[in-house]
Amino acid sequence: MTGPTTAHTPGRSLRPARTARHPRTPHPSTHLDVDALLDDPATRVVVCCGSGGVGKTTTAAALALRAAERGRSVAVLTIDPARRLAQALGLAELDNTPRTVAGVDTSAGGRLDAMMLDMKRTFDEIVQAHATPAKAEQILANPFYQALSSSFAGTQEYMAMEKLGQLHELTDASGAPRWDLVVVDTPPSRSALDFLDAPARLGSFLDGRFVRLLTAPAKVGGRAYLKVVSGGIGLASSMLTKVLGTALLTDVQTLVAALDTTFGGFRERADRTYALLQRGGTAFLVVAAPERDPLREAGYFVDRLRADDMPLAGVVVNRVVRSLAPEVEAPTAAAAVGHLEDADEDPHTDAVVAGLLRLQARTVATADRHAQITERFADRHPQVPVASVGLTARDVHDLEGLRGIGADLAAAGTAPGGRRATG
Amino acid sequence: MSTPATGLDPGVRLHVVTGKGGTGKTTVAAALALALASRGRKVLLVEVEGRGDIATAFDVSPLGEAEELVLRVSGGGEVWGLSVDAKAALIEYLRLFYRLGAAGGVLERLGAIDFATTIAPGVRDVLLIGKVYEAVGRTSGERYVYDDVVLDAPPTGRVGRFLDVNREVADLAKVGPIRHQADSITALLRSPATVIHLVTLLEEMPVQETVEAAAELSVGPEGRTTSIGLVVVNQAREPMFDEPAAAALVDGGVGPAEVAATLGRLGLPADPGTVAGLLRQGRDHVDRLDLEDGQLAALETIGAPVVVLPHLLDPSGSGSIRELAQELADQARFPDR
Repeated sequence: MTGPTTAHTPGRSLRPARTARHPRTPHPSTHLDVDALLDDPATRVVVCCGSGGVGKTTTAAALALRAAERGRSVAVLTIDPARRLAQALGLAELDNTPRTVAGVDTSAGGRLDAMMLDMKRTFDEIVQAHATPAKAEQILANPFYQALSSSFAGTQEYMAMEKLGQLHELTDASGAPRWDLVVVDTPPSRSALDFLDAPARLGSFLDGRFVRLLTAPAKVGGRAYLKVVSGGIGLASSMLTKVLGTALLTDVQTLVAALDTTFGGFRERADRTYALLQRGGTAFLVVAAPERDPLREAGYFVDRLRADDMPLAGVVVNRVVRSLAPEVEAPTAAAAVGHLEDADEDPHTDAVVAGLLRLQARTVATADRHAQITERFADRHPQVPVASVGLTARDVHDLEGLRGIGADLAAAGTAPGGRRATG
Repeated sequence: MSTPATGLDPGVRLHVVTGKGGTGKTTVAAALALALASRGRKVLLVEVEGRGDIATAFDVSPLGEAEELVLRVSGGGEVWGLSVDAKAALIEYLRLFYRLGAAGGVLERLGAIDFATTIAPGVRDVLLIGKVYEAVGRTSGERYVYDDVVLDAPPTGRVGRFLDVNREVADLAKVGPIRHQADSITALLRSPATVIHLVTLLEEMPVQETVEAAAELSVGPEGRTTSIGLVVVNQAREPMFDEPAAAALVDGGVGPAEVAATLGRLGLPADPGTVAGLLRQGRDHVDRLDLEDGQLAALETIGAPVVVLPHLLDPSGSGSIRELAQELADQARFPDR
């Protein structure tokens, strides 16, 4: 591995322009004001989305905690939290309903409830709520339903949306909303777009033309103009029977018929939740890491939210490395390491300082790169507010750690640079 | 801190690469393909999630449905790329087994292809891995067309299900070509020709997922399992202090006064804020390395060779892939062609 100095061209000025170190100052209008978003009573839903491994769950939990401690009544719906974070949120009990989180400062009048999504149970509950007991039992026992509710690609996204809609609509005895803010983390999809697309895909599959044709062959039969289609259906059916087996097709037909008569189409349900997301009270936060691929993914997502008229609040860039000693430039630090290696006045101290300076050179190089990548994103999406969160020295798995993240998120909106830990 | 990796079995021909999202799984898969090619081997790198990551990693134009030469390495090795799409695979499959001809278009228009590829993830996965299976077994004359196939598989959270195609289609297709194909795939995945490489960062959550995935993947039904090849630690931090220096930093043996004096002597800024910042950075670094050591110990319980790749400044750049390939080739002794 090469030393940290090689990233810098020899002969380059030892003191680069200040903008290289504080690149976010030229974009004051595009800072994301997290507190204004969380404090606004009109904000009813916050959706944290982004590609896998960028810290969506932690961001969602930190935002929910901050909102609660600033006086709002908050429910946070997480999908797949790290074990210790789950413990910190009191998510040991998996009963698919939000539980009060202990240790939250409620002096401002707020509170925090948390839950982890149980996808199969959420699906089962929809069936049970909308079908007669006998019918529900029949549906739940259907082999295809079991595959659909536990492993279908897209079911998790669909159920996350469904649960979000339920939490949003829940009211207390007086008719007031049970929570005035619901924060949701999205499933670890291969692409951030899956969260938006999967429910419609599942809906269109179950309501789709092909399933309808399969399940209603009798209605198609006698009509001359459908003969071609019907012939195609025959071919398709026989092909699918060969590929998938008769039992599966029969299971699908039975299931779709049963679901259809008990509650309105799947697509209709998905459309309703989609409409909730488009409303003004919802804010999408796209979470990313300061690397090329996650930010490119964030860019796709931002474009897509725009195209669908979804309310985008901004982009959160996590794990940004920042130097705690910005006065010491990388090339200066690297050059000084060389001097220390030649000197032998106080080898003990020199060894420590040499290490500190090597680390500083490396940290500044990484910080510059993260700042550049983030700035490039901001240039390409000038209207999108951005907040960045510093990389923490340790993994976050308690309320104190979440408070730190929340404070950093909020600070990023008002002041350039942060003073958090580095790599 | 790295454990010297033992060489892989020379009979290994299918490398399945997985890892938690954000760990650099695709970069490592690309580096592995390049490392194998650098031994003069002809390698096919396959992606199954249609994200175009292979093309991005090697900085070439997007891959189509046909295998394409991505890179030729001096010494005769080659990296080929393929982006598999389930729908195209099904149409091809139906053509092959049922001489479908033009009817494919009708099926597509009716939504039957969509239906079949979304109806059960199992069918989709059989089709995707089916292409990989075919490429692994393809021969030209006496020898295999590809010496190695590297599969950039779904992330750890989904890979168990992805690879367990037999169980997935068991309830769905009891007979017929899909079932037959699933059986053949399972036989390949459980044979000594296949290994799974797990990519992780030295952080709590990815390590936990890696250990869990290793346990899940090595407990197959009927006792037959796919073996774990390498555990690849990506982006490991380089230690900046030797042990005495780290100790002096943590126990305060070298504190603000000494550091300020030395910085002053070097003509560097030595104000209290800078000194405190540098010291805090140093202690955080030592702290983080301690944490990483703990995570490394957890990975070693998996029982597979651990390869440690350095943290590069631009982890996803194409120059980085070469550097990582070199590290992989040095640490895991891949057989020559």
